[in-house]
Amino acid sequence: MTDLTPVLSATWDAEQSWKLSTYESHGGYRALKKALGMDKNDIVQAVKDSGLRGRGGAGFPTGMKWGFLPPDDGGPRYLVVNADESEPGTCKDIPTMLSAPQVLIEGVAITSYAIGCNHAFIYLRGEVTHVYRRLMQAVREAYAAGHLGKNIHGSGFDLDVTVHAGAGAYICGEETALLDSLEGRRGQPRLKPPFPAVAGLYARPTVVNNVESIASVPAIIDRGVEWFTSMGTERSKGMGLFSLSGHVERPGQYEAPLGITLRELLDMAGGVRGGKKLKFWTPGGSSTPIFTDEHLDTPLDYESVGSAGSMLGTRALQIFDETTCVVRVVTRWTEFYKHESCGKCTPCREGTFWLTQILKRIEGGQGTEADIQQLLDTCESILGRAFCALGDGATSCISSSIQYFREEFEQHIADAACPFDHSASALFDYDAPAKVTEEAHA
Amino acid sequence: MTYDADTLAQLRKDADEILSRYPVKRSALLPLLHLVQSVDGYVSPDGISFCAEVVDLTSAEVSAVATFYTQYKRRPNGEYQVGVCTTALCATMGGDEIWRQLSDKCGVGHDETTADGKISLERIECNAACDYAPVMMVNWEFFDNMTPDRALRVVDDILEGRDVKPTRGPHKVSTFKETERVLAGFEDGKVDEDQGVGDPTLVGLKIAREQGWEEQR
Repeated sequence: MTDLTPVLSATWDAEQSWKLSTYESHGGYRALKKALGMDKNDIVQAVKDSGLRGRGGAGFPTGMKWGFLPPDDGGPRYLVVNADESEPGTCKDIPTMLSAPQVLIEGVAITSYAIGCNHAFIYLRGEVTHVYRRLMQAVREAYAAGHLGKNIHGSGFDLDVTVHAGAGAYICGEETALLDSLEGRRGQPRLKPPFPAVAGLYARPTVVNNVESIASVPAIIDRGVEWFTSMGTERSKGMGLFSLSGHVERPGQYEAPLGITLRELLDMAGGVRGGKKLKFWTPGGSSTPIFTDEHLDTPLDYESVGSAGSMLGTRALQIFDETTCVVRVVTRWTEFYKHESCGKCTPCREGTFWLTQILKRIEGGQGTEADIQQLLDTCESILGRAFCALGDGATSCISSSIQYFREEFEQHIADAACPFDHSASALFDYDAPAKVTEEAHA
Repeated sequence: MTYDADTLAQLRKDADEILSRYPVKRSALLPLLHLVQSVDGYVSPDGISFCAEVVDLTSAEVSAVATFYTQYKRRPNGEYQVGVCTTALCATMGGDEIWRQLSDKCGVGHDETTADGKISLERIECNAACDYAPVMMVNWEFFDNMTPDRALRVVDDILEGRDVKPTRGPHKVSTFKETERVLAGFEDGKVDEDQGVGDPTLVGLKIAREQGWEEQR
């Protein structure tokens, strides 16, 4: 049995948890003061030694990313926090910023000091008004208390922080698209190399890190590397927020060491709703291949999930029970990718369009035997051939669902209809209207 | 541009404030477009000219950016943007049925506005609140754990001119234009308003406390 380890979430139930005074009364900004007395290289080394890996999905070692910055040439270098949380199923950074924005600001201050950045940006998705209010206030309060601004706590270190709201585009979660968007352009990914560490924001050396990665830094500095590495597995250190959603009795945020299993989490969450059977789930958002009940005991760390055929991603555990039509879910995810494809590269732009056409045909009972192979072939034409990871991610749910539930696709084709009652998977009762054709996204 | 002198003066003042946040002018474009929506209720031709002038771009370049992002509206938007999440998880949990009933009730489809200009309906993509599914957003405030009845009541209240209250957010939802001003980076004094933290946000923390697993920070 693995214990939960609330660190980032530890103050979320405090009165006005988002205020600076609340954060400070729980030890907030102790780490910044400690960091300002440390050698910058020692901070980078500590984060490297902690084994902290990017919490935004890719799992790249955070300290190593910082270490890629070229030597200081006297010009500006930037930290950009990726707060564009949009991967379907992912809902961890939003509650973090809503309930404890100061932990992110403290992380930004420490990281900026460590990498020699004097102007940091937080790129928040635009569709969360109250979160933006909380971040703006957090920055304002931090300036007033001297945690940001000129000569922070007498250290001679200056830092400005700009909180920036996007305007609705999933692709801006891709780090180079985010940078283009922050520069006031259409959010389309850039060719790499050069990587942002070399030529990022305004073509200057830039570190782009996820909210949860940066928010983990104060605790690592405050409590030490040993404390952090005491949690997790051999190569996946520390704690992380696991977000359970869907057909589960008590959905929500469970902060636990990496390596916990879905079986353990489901036990705490009261199991699948109404004692129903687990059908499929995503370990890390819709871009990670789906799992089934075979994978209940797969440790949720980067290596174990990878070797079981998926990715840890953002630990967005979307749970679907036996009432769910996998074809319907996969069709809807594919419509998402089609809608969010930035249009820059042909495989993704055209591929997601055709995948949607074929899937809607199958779901609607007009599919043919050849359609399943056509889906797999089209996925093959996208995977590894798209400009960025969005295209790859779009294929994951299709190929994995055909791998595990091929007979369900075949049944839609053979019966010329969906065998499921969609109302059974809703959380409320309603009379299913006579087969409505669901309106497509515009 | 057809803005009157006062409006233009205020826009210029706000634009200067936005420009001051960035080392490079063009970075101000996204917040400037939000600012334009806070005045015109959409990205108007005037607004495009204004942004182009402020950041030294052509109006074609500004339009190219504006049309990329779904939050920028190309036609006058309703006073309330009502979005029902119909991405896979919310759709499965009931979002599709909520959408069907709201669309019936309002008599409009996706990206359309009621004749009285009150509501623009939208099928939105995942809004990062999956642990509260099915989710609806009104002017980008959270309406968690929706049912058709609850969603219809919200829409009724809007249509009849009553305030609506999100589940996590301020005491009442601001208008679309007021919201867009916040998204342009101007605080509105509602930051400390709170409807309490929802159970899903705290569920793990609560279990850890009950079990005595809590990490002491």
